[in-house]
Amino acid sequence: MAVILRTEGLNKVYRLGSFGRARTIQALNDVDISVESDNPVIIAVVGESGSGKTTLAKTLLRLVEPTSGRAIVYDKVVAGRGAQPGKREFLSSIQPIFQNPFEAFSRYRTVDAYLFETADRVAGLRGQAAEAAVEQALASVGLEFADVVGKYTNQFSGGELQRVSIARALIPQPSLIVADEPVSMIDASRRMIIINLFKRLRDEAGRSFLYITHDLATAYYISDFVAVMNKGQVVEFGAARDVMSNPQHAYTRLLLGSIPTTRSRWRPRKAAAAPH
Amino acid sequence: MIRLNNVVASYRTGRGSINAVDGVTIEIPDGCILGVAGESGCGKSTLMKVLYGDILSPMTLASGSIEYGFVDRRGAPVTSHTVQQEWFRRVSYVPQSSMNSLNPVIRISQQFIDFPGNDPDKRRVLEQVRAYIGKLGLPAEALDAYPHQLSGGMRQRMMIAMATFFQPELILADEPTTALDVVVQKEILMLLMELQEEMGNTIVLVSHDMGVHYQVTHRMLIMYAAKAVEYGDSDSVFEAPLHPYTRMLISSLPTIGDDRARDGIPGRPPSLWGELRGCRFADRCPFATDRCRVEEPVLVEHRPGHFAACHYAGAEMPSGGVQWQ
Ligand SMILES: Nc1ncnc2c1ncn2[C@@H]1O[C@H](COP(=O)(O)OP(=O)(O)OP(=O)(O)O)[C@@H](O)[C@H]1O
Ligand SMILES: Nc1ncnc2c1ncn2[C@@H]1O[C@H](COP(=O)(O)OP(=O)(O)OP(=O)(O)O)[C@@H](O)[C@H]1O
Ligand SMILES: [Mg+2]
Ligand SMILES: [Mg+2]
Repeated sequence: MAVILRTEGLNKVYRLGSFGRARTIQALNDVDISVESDNPVIIAVVGESGSGKTTLAKTLLRLVEPTSGRAIVYDKVVAGRGAQPGKREFLSSIQPIFQNPFEAFSRYRTVDAYLFETADRVAGLRGQAAEAAVEQALASVGLEFADVVGKYTNQFSGGELQRVSIARALIPQPSLIVADEPVSMIDASRRMIIINLFKRLRDEAGRSFLYITHDLATAYYISDFVAVMNKGQVVEFGAARDVMSNPQHAYTRLLLGSIPTTRSRWRPRKAAAAPH
Repeated sequence: MIRLNNVVASYRTGRGSINAVDGVTIEIPDGCILGVAGESGCGKSTLMKVLYGDILSPMTLASGSIEYGFVDRRGAPVTSHTVQQEWFRRVSYVPQSSMNSLNPVIRISQQFIDFPGNDPDKRRVLEQVRAYIGKLGLPAEALDAYPHQLSGGMRQRMMIAMATFFQPELILADEPTTALDVVVQKEILMLLMELQEEMGNTIVLVSHDMGVHYQVTHRMLIMYAAKAVEYGDSDSVFEAPLHPYTRMLISSLPTIGDDRARDGIPGRPPSLWGELRGCRFADRCPFATDRCRVEEPVLVEHRPGHFAACHYAGAEMPSGGVQWQ
């Protein structure tokens, strides 16, 4: 069986402030998770804002150097002691979808430049092959090529840009997609189309996902495994259905109990302040 | 009461102009929390910018007007042309993905102090800010940080703190809690509801989360392809939605423990650059008839206070065979 994702004693400490009153933040605190499987999987990471989810993602993507410990993706050490170099090979096997698409793309370049750059540098596609790949990736997230080319980030709505960012990650056909809040700005209906796309990519194209999200219902819907994070630690990890139907840790229970549903109200809703 | 009269907002682009908000006419009662939902790209953020009066090129207010229902310092009614003078103190705005609208090179504390028209005693302002952000669950040290040193969720909370600090009459919040975990989201929304009940201000809240809308809002506006397609009391909209799009939106999200497949609504909204005829949802609506494809439905009141733009609003759906899931 392949090790799809494993972290061993992964720690990340950030230092804040100047020397005099320096303060440290333990963003990752001995994170140990392991998923071995013959089949591609979707691993959800859910939990507290500020609990280290993005730091975990950035560590796997080599954008953040761990303070200690290491991480393995598809049997290769990608971070920490013994990490193997080879940037291009690395990028063709792991692709990111960043949490905030407005930060992921520069304001001064049209977004299609990024799509073609990924097609060229990572997937080795040029000319018509590149265009076809870009067009197909955009279509899979419900966008028309002609509506995207030549536009800058500020000419898109939040959800449109987020979908461009998803499309970009699909172009090189990576084996693992690290998706940090990929659907947070996308409406309920389109969100399901994209979530189903991830599922199809897992089942038909053999891609694995690290799906970081605050949307627990979609995490339940597509994930095989789930890690629940709180204050830098993974407080609960296991098969998604087990963890979410039968949570063991108090924080997981709190989390699941706080989902806003359309079935019962948190508190009786008073009428609007002024009569109308 | 805030009145939107046939508001049309367009963007000029290399390919010509599009109307991202196309003729929205609604009245927002004072002291209510209005929820806005709809497909990605349907014009929600554009509507918020228009409400805020933040109309910058390439956007224009092509026609229509907004009356805010309150008067400025000189006693004149505030309109789209003068609302900018009320920014921060009486009208505040939490833009979408506001976590990156904090100035990256300035400490958070300074960004609070820099509010126009603030008390010149900086120390006193900072004391108040410190106490206030504590109420929102943020540590006092967060004020000393630069934005990139805070998590996305903390930055988002900081933006909410800035927008509510002066207790303005109108708060516009575009996806204010999407970056937050549901525990913190719940705390913030409960706090917002409490603040709103105390102060009786009006909040317009854009969210993709229908659960959030159900918990928080008094009224709901559903938009589709730049149009208002449904508007009414939240109870009525959730219990008996009139527009097929609203029904599909409410039922499209999965819930934990329910393993049925959810497909979303196939297809996509019409391109705003194309020729738009009839009902804009017709192509994706399982109940559309020839009439829908040629005659544009207008927003009319079907029940007291509950409006919809659909020729068959609230009608029994044909032959009962169609599943909404
Ligand atoms: N570059 C940095 N410098 C200092 N501290 C940082 C840095 N990046 C993140 N942190 C801190 O590390 C902690 C974890 O942040 P991270 O962004 O990983 O959280 P998260 O789980 O992704 O949160 P969210 O759900 O809000 O996106 C937070 O306390 C954050 O303030
Ligand atoms: N500066 C711009 N130039 C051209 N078109 C724009 C510009 N800004 C927005 N648009 C277009 O206007 C339409 C409405 O955008 P808006 O941001 O209001 O959507 P939204 O409903 O907020 O979507 P989301 O839920 O994805 O945030 C979209 O089709 C978008 O592409
Ligand atoms: Mg994050
Ligand atoms: Mg928006």
